[in-house]
Amino acid sequence: METETTNIAGACVDAGGYALGMPQLCAEWMPNQIFWLVVTLIAIFFVMSRIALPRIGAVLAERSGTITNDIAAAEDLKNKAAEAEAAYEQALKDARAKAQEIITKAKAEIQAELDVELQKADAEIAAKTAESEAAIAGIRDSAVKNITEVAKDTAKELVLAMGGNADAKTITAAVNARMKG
Amino acid sequence: MTLVATEPETQGGLVFHPLDQFIVKPAFGDGAVNWYTVTNVTVWMGIILLAIFALFVLGSRGRAIIPSRVQSIGELMYGFIYKMIEDITGKDGVKYFPYIMTLFVFILFANYLALIPMSYSPTSMIAVTATLGFGAFIAITILGFVKHGASFLKLFWMSDAPLFLRPIIAVIEVISYMVRPVSLSIRLGGNIAAGHVVLKVFAGFAALAIASPAAIVGIVAIYGLEVLVAGIQAYVFTILLCVYLKDALHPHH
Repeated sequence: METETTNIAGACVDAGGYALGMPQLCAEWMPNQIFWLVVTLIAIFFVMSRIALPRIGAVLAERSGTITNDIAAAEDLKNKAAEAEAAYEQALKDARAKAQEIITKAKAEIQAELDVELQKADAEIAAKTAESEAAIAGIRDSAVKNITEVAKDTAKELVLAMGGNADAKTITAAVNARMKG
Repeated sequence: MTLVATEPETQGGLVFHPLDQFIVKPAFGDGAVNWYTVTNVTVWMGIILLAIFALFVLGSRGRAIIPSRVQSIGELMYGFIYKMIEDITGKDGVKYFPYIMTLFVFILFANYLALIPMSYSPTSMIAVTATLGFGAFIAITILGFVKHGASFLKLFWMSDAPLFLRPIIAVIEVISYMVRPVSLSIRLGGNIAAGHVVLKVFAGFAALAIASPAAIVGIVAIYGLEVLVAGIQAYVFTILLCVYLKDALHPHH
């Protein structure tokens, strides 16, 4: 600040406006400083204690409350997520078990059906085989019978041709004996 | 304690008036400095008050959960001093928080605003710092007696010292107790005044062409130091107040 020359040379300032000694120790100015300091401090105290500090304290308290709430909410959501995951796992497990069950059941059904079909097929095959065997047996019987007829006739003719007396009963017996042997 | 610096030096037109910055003069017009006169001290204390109002009241008017920059500075100071009081004096010292906060912000703002060029530094004046120091000291001493009565004097009576030493220690303790406000005021006023005087001396040298580069570097360096000192002195004053307050609240340690 420009030190304009004041004509008033007090105990602490010379005629040129310069300080005499240390202005800090100038007793002449002390009441003024003390008075205004006290006024300023009282004003600051009222500003701080009435407005600023309660307001900032409230903001800080509100913030820490908000943070606490948010952390609690986050904890809650985390628990919910864990629950949901557990439920999902359970559902997956159930689904797997069910699928396994369905597979087992289907296999059993198929097996049963297969068994029935197989039995049916076996029975059919057996029936066919029996039929075939019967047919073969018939054919064989008729063949044997024919052969016996032919043999009897042949034997009768041979006997007649040799001049013997062909007794039908004897020839039949002889042919039958030969056929068995 | 007279300084020769007031004598104008003839050499090279170099004129030092490093103490003139502390002169108290009426802010409006000339005249005598009465106790009620509005002086440059008054003006700068008003500016301090306005700055404090701007930071703590205007800055926090949003009451935002997510603070603005200015609000977070206010919150930082609030938290810093609050925690300091709580740590040093314990829970029962917290109700003196507004008083200590008032002193802290006044000293802090006075110190920092005094670093603005052409400004005035109230905290370099012994009258100011002594009022702060003795005021706080007297208040704390009265508080000690009100809270504990005569047993507050046990603060000076070391019951764990050997009996024959106790009176001697008590005398030393009383002396050291009485010196507290003096050291508080002189430390603050001396630090701030000395810094400003050094700045002014360097500024005086800057007028000399040969010395001016060094002087300007010196000013920058000292200014940086003063920025630290301004904060540290406010901090030291406050933390010592807390320690003294602890003695008043719990004198039996």
